[in-house]
Amino acid sequence: MLQAFPDLKGRYGDFGGKYVPETLMGPLQELEAALDKMMTDPDFIEEYHHVLKEYAGRPTSLTYADKLTDHFKGAKIYLKREDLNHTGAHKLNNAIGQALLAKRMGKEKIIAETGAGQHGVASATVAAKFGLQCIVFMGEEDIRRQELNVFRMKLLGAEVVSVSSGNGTLKDATNEAIRYWVANCEDHFYLIGSVVGPHPYPRMVRDFQRIIGDESKRQFLEVEKELPERIFACVGGGSNAMGMFYPFLEDRSELIGVEAAGKGIDTPEHAATLSKGTPGVIHGSMTYLMQDENGQITEPYSISAGLDYPGIGPEHAHLFQTEQVRYEAVTDREALDALKLLTQKEGIIPAIESAHALAQAFKEVPFMNKNETILINLSGRGDKDMATLMEHFQEEV
Amino acid sequence: MLTKTSFQGKLTKTDNLFIPFIVAGDPSSEFTIQFALRLQEEGADVLELGVPYSDPLADGPTIQRAAQRALRAGMSLRKAIELVPELRRKGLTIPVVIFTYYNPVIQIGHEEFFQLLEENSVEGLLIPDLPFEESGEIRQQAEQKNIEFISLIAPNSDQRIKQIAEHAKGFLYCVSSLGVTGERKDMAPEALSFIKKVKQYSQVPVAVGFGISSNEHVKLVRSHADGVIIGSKIIRLVEAEIENIANGKADEALDHFTIGVRELVK
Repeated sequence: MLQAFPDLKGRYGDFGGKYVPETLMGPLQELEAALDKMMTDPDFIEEYHHVLKEYAGRPTSLTYADKLTDHFKGAKIYLKREDLNHTGAHKLNNAIGQALLAKRMGKEKIIAETGAGQHGVASATVAAKFGLQCIVFMGEEDIRRQELNVFRMKLLGAEVVSVSSGNGTLKDATNEAIRYWVANCEDHFYLIGSVVGPHPYPRMVRDFQRIIGDESKRQFLEVEKELPERIFACVGGGSNAMGMFYPFLEDRSELIGVEAAGKGIDTPEHAATLSKGTPGVIHGSMTYLMQDENGQITEPYSISAGLDYPGIGPEHAHLFQTEQVRYEAVTDREALDALKLLTQKEGIIPAIESAHALAQAFKEVPFMNKNETILINLSGRGDKDMATLMEHFQEEV
Repeated sequence: MLTKTSFQGKLTKTDNLFIPFIVAGDPSSEFTIQFALRLQEEGADVLELGVPYSDPLADGPTIQRAAQRALRAGMSLRKAIELVPELRRKGLTIPVVIFTYYNPVIQIGHEEFFQLLEENSVEGLLIPDLPFEESGEIRQQAEQKNIEFISLIAPNSDQRIKQIAEHAKGFLYCVSSLGVTGERKDMAPEALSFIKKVKQYSQVPVAVGFGISSNEHVKLVRSHADGVIIGSKIIRLVEAEIENIANGKADEALDHFTIGVRELVK
């Protein structure tokens, strides 16, 4: 039996809840009621799975990485290939679920925030597919870093709003998306991209992403007859990790969430929220976050725009506190090295986000036995990161 | 029936209230004191003293800019609370409501936070991201310390209107229209029927805020509600004087500010 988290107040132990302006309480209750109804409606569930299959191309593959396994001479390495999902990352699973829900609620306009642009692209994609209007809030700095995704969103028909407050990154884009929702909640649906935000968002996004873990479990049992010893996933807000881990919470597999250590967790430039942060409230949820001694939220740093976030989903905070998941952090450099190794050994170019999970796995796998197995969630592909990769690898290739 | 006094007996009026909002430390503690005194001279009944926050979700660009200026000046929740006795020494007698987001409160810790409020004789508290469902503990602690915990209520609060209004302390902060704080050109007519509904359940004065930016708005609100809360517009008046202040023309800045406030609430 899976744990009954969140409880009725939207809490995961000490974390979660709804820390929002009064104006959003009505819309959140409306969303919760619609969600509860739809998640038990067989027609809705069938439609969601149908779209995942026919449109997104699910189930995604489970790939045995034989050359990597030979390279490390440790445990057998398997990859869950979310990079093969339509639009190139796991983000679409959740966007499809929420867009279908928005339609059932009669909301024709969706709002989304984006960091790397993957969730923005997923939102713009489902908006095109289901005939919805889409406004994407994106930090000024991220717009500069992710030019290609900005163009993709615009080509898909979305309006991209540049956010210049703060450092112009994901935190600021989320603030602005929430403010816009506060003012326009009557006819707009806020399509959050990660397991963050006020209840019921963390639960909803987890439930639309658990398809990753559900498929993995089935596929793994088919091939190996038993579950992996360890499962690795990268964590920014934490949606790919939550989707992967959730179906395994009661199993024997050890779960490892990998945060971005940026230039090192002993420097000020990192995004390792659980490793270095403290409890507090961000974007409507009680969780861990990066802040100064006065409770002002500080700016994170990671080479990966998708992990560059000062908070983390409240369920991760709970899993951290109760030690059900082990959280580690890897640096920019370690992630880049892992990315290059996977690319050259297996012919798969992962997203820099996903490369964080790879890097941690590569640290551990040489010390494991050959009869053991590990599973790494390859949450997205690296096409979007080419400009960054060129900067770093130009002289090496 | 409205209660006759509140805020530890310091507020004896129950209607025609003028409740301005300024940000502590915008652009400096010294000027926050000066602006507060000018507001009192112009008839303010309660002062909402805003604590700057890095991520003010419920605030529009005007208050965001003020918060940035104040943070640059080194303001914090603790310093804002400690500014209150300073305000008293300089002659402020009206009750002060500390307006802060929840995260800085968590970092100080509830117990120490209320001790600070008590030691510095703060009469009221407003936390915009702590809705009724999440504020049980804080409301109880505030009541023990005889500090009014101000609740917000919105047109889309629907069935929660009764619950919130019945538990309200000090005054009830009605969000006049959906949206973040800022200035709007017109009052929404549905806002007026909403105010009527709230007044049915409330035992404390019903004040209206969010988007009140002209003397016409003030008059309109006054004819329907017990009080008017003005934030962004007052901050704009402060903002307009930043240059004068930077150039050492303090008297001119304060006089301009006074004229602006007078025009607004005449």
